[in-house]
Amino acid sequence: MSAPSLTTEMSKTDTPNPVSPNADSRLARRFAALKAADRAALVTYVMAGDPDPSASRDLLARLPAAGADIIELGMLFSDPMADGVAIQRAGQRALANGQTLALTLEMVRDFRQRDDDTPIVLMGYLNPLQRFGEDRFLQAAAEAGVDGLILVDLPPEHGAAMTARARDLGLARIPLVAPTTPPGRLPALLAQGDGFVYRIAFNGVTGSRRLDIAAELDSALDALKRQSPLPVAVGFGVRDGGTAAAIARIADAVVVGSALVERLAAAGVDAALELTRELAESIQGARRGES
Amino acid sequence: MNSTLKTLPDHNGFFVPAVPGGHPSGRRCRDVKNFSRKFLGGSPGDGHGTQLNRGYGGRYVAETLMPLIGEIEAAYDDARADPAFQARLHELQRDYVGRATPLYFAERLTEHFGGAQIYLKREDLNHTGAHKINNALGQALLAQRMGRQRLIAETGAGMHGVAVATVAARLGLGCVVYMGATDIERQQPNVQRMRLLGAEIVPVHSGTATLKDAMNEALRDWVANVDDTFYIIGTVAGPAPYPRMVRDFQAVIGVETREQLLATQGRLPDTLVACVGGGSNAMGLFHAFLDDAAVTLVGVEAAGEGLESGRHAASLNGGEPGILHGNRTYLLQDGDGQIRDAHSISAGLDYPGVGPEHAYLHDSGRASYVAVTDDEALEAVGLCCRLEGILPALESAHALYHAGQLAAAQGPDQVIVVCLSGRGDKDMDTITRHLMPEEAQA
Ligand SMILES: Cc1ncc(COP(=O)(O)O)c(C=O)c1O
Repeated sequence: MSAPSLTTEMSKTDTPNPVSPNADSRLARRFAALKAADRAALVTYVMAGDPDPSASRDLLARLPAAGADIIELGMLFSDPMADGVAIQRAGQRALANGQTLALTLEMVRDFRQRDDDTPIVLMGYLNPLQRFGEDRFLQAAAEAGVDGLILVDLPPEHGAAMTARARDLGLARIPLVAPTTPPGRLPALLAQGDGFVYRIAFNGVTGSRRLDIAAELDSALDALKRQSPLPVAVGFGVRDGGTAAAIARIADAVVVGSALVERLAAAGVDAALELTRELAESIQGARRGES
Repeated sequence: MNSTLKTLPDHNGFFVPAVPGGHPSGRRCRDVKNFSRKFLGGSPGDGHGTQLNRGYGGRYVAETLMPLIGEIEAAYDDARADPAFQARLHELQRDYVGRATPLYFAERLTEHFGGAQIYLKREDLNHTGAHKINNALGQALLAQRMGRQRLIAETGAGMHGVAVATVAARLGLGCVVYMGATDIERQQPNVQRMRLLGAEIVPVHSGTATLKDAMNEALRDWVANVDDTFYIIGTVAGPAPYPRMVRDFQAVIGVETREQLLATQGRLPDTLVACVGGGSNAMGLFHAFLDDAAVTLVGVEAAGEGLESGRHAASLNGGEPGILHGNRTYLLQDGDGQIRDAHSISAGLDYPGVGPEHAYLHDSGRASYVAVTDDEALEAVGLCCRLEGILPALESAHALYHAGQLAAAQGPDQVIVVCLSGRGDKDMDTITRHLMPEEAQA
């Protein structure tokens, strides 16, 4: 009388129609422009409200000019199971200085007044969203000018309804694909995905180690590309220009998080922007044979 | 196994009645319609139904872990049906753990309260001194069967950590235990014991440095070591299939209780009482009785300094549904969905969540949940020591206190069984400080 396995049942029950209403989204436009320029995107992760609301707004406003093509904005959670110390501490700083989900959405709304092109993707965990009210959150996010969502603890098994509603509102649900993801799981993940695919570079939490580019990653990206028309971003463990450039040669986007968050904590907004510029330059040079 | 395993997770790992549209038998469960909408369908006002609000449990974890947890589920279902696995488990339960544990008639406690008969299910007499080893042994055997060489665990009071370190030694597996820095301080004897058993103890400083943070850290370790590591969760929480698997390994408590009481008294108990941290000893005791509508099930949460003080660990009595550690359940949280600190004098109850099956039994009315304060638990420790010559764990003392209150209000024809989940040696420091402050200073 054991329950049927969750993994075998899920694709049947919970897969929504794979239609993407986002062909003309900010994300799609940005990736198209980068493709035309033969350049990978720099995706910068920062925690909303870190280290405090005003510094965080300042940083957000200046990231595009420093070379960020897409901004990933962290929504803090007291118990971020998939994050390493750097991002945990960023969340604690933000929380201590009064950050809330409502303020995070307001940050995006203000940003959109001045920048209508740079895509913003919110990343976080489910509980604060549920508490805020899932529908209310999705609506507010769409209205504020958010382009997509990365929800760490919402697997496709539980995500169909949320994905459908997010899509209705023009919000992309960016799927996370891990090194452990077996080929058989990919269709279910991709069916709920829009915007881009986030390929986690290694098994571990954010910022836990430096990424070594291995041949496996290259072939894993090829396999992803064969199954999905979506651009593929690679993240976790990108700490320097060299690694960023190496990824920029094989992927459509490079995600940098912990390194930036650490730099911000240690040396402030200007220093974080300086690192952004360095990374952007490395990525720009990557496909021209510089490194 | 026994044939009464009725409350099963559905195919998405949510706890729903085994009979579709049905509901667990229980005196207080009348609103069948509301019940099935809550547990089988979507949430009200949501046209197409949202998986997020359809029940308790689930598997809300990062993608890296999803395939692995699916493997564990398959391996567990396979092992569960394998007579060789069950035989090995039973043999070790008997010869190594010391099962069956006695069901003891607490004559003097019964006299003291002057009402219902109080029986104690003596899980404190297990090897390592608590019910935790029932589960640790089961999962470690499963890990071994899956070829995993390294066990990791979180621990609060240290009883689960000691149990895992113990079975790791017995089976020749590596063992790393995550423990909050705050708990390491208040449970020193168990820390030394785990080290002696060959385990590595990793102090956790993140967050509030207690059980929930230890669990976060263990999950982070697991994500980074998926290839060789098995995470032994210590209670009926976490992503599916853990709540069901841990419950099944603990169900031996209730199965024995049932047999023992039938054999000696020829009847079932009227009331079962157990403390609830994550809820594994309580689920273990309750499970075999879920279908016996006449048996009242009572879980006792930690009220800490009082529910109104805000300093407590009573997720069902003072929390709201949300998602943490891979499952949807009742949580202590603030208005922004940030998890609040739990507080209890007993480290083992100091957790801001509760197993999803308890959330389900709570809403359905099949079980009821009360809360007992630090001071009341301490009072029960003193009473049990003096009247029965048994030093209970502070966790178990919460259940004892409430059982005493119930007994006093009932007649002598009533039978109450209390799960004495563990022994109190580990708590001697705390107990001495509170009950004999003059000794503590000396
Ligand atoms: C003796 C004892 N009882 C109870 C508990 C609470 O856990 P659970 O609610 O899972 O039984 C613990 C946890 O450490 C414990 O050590």
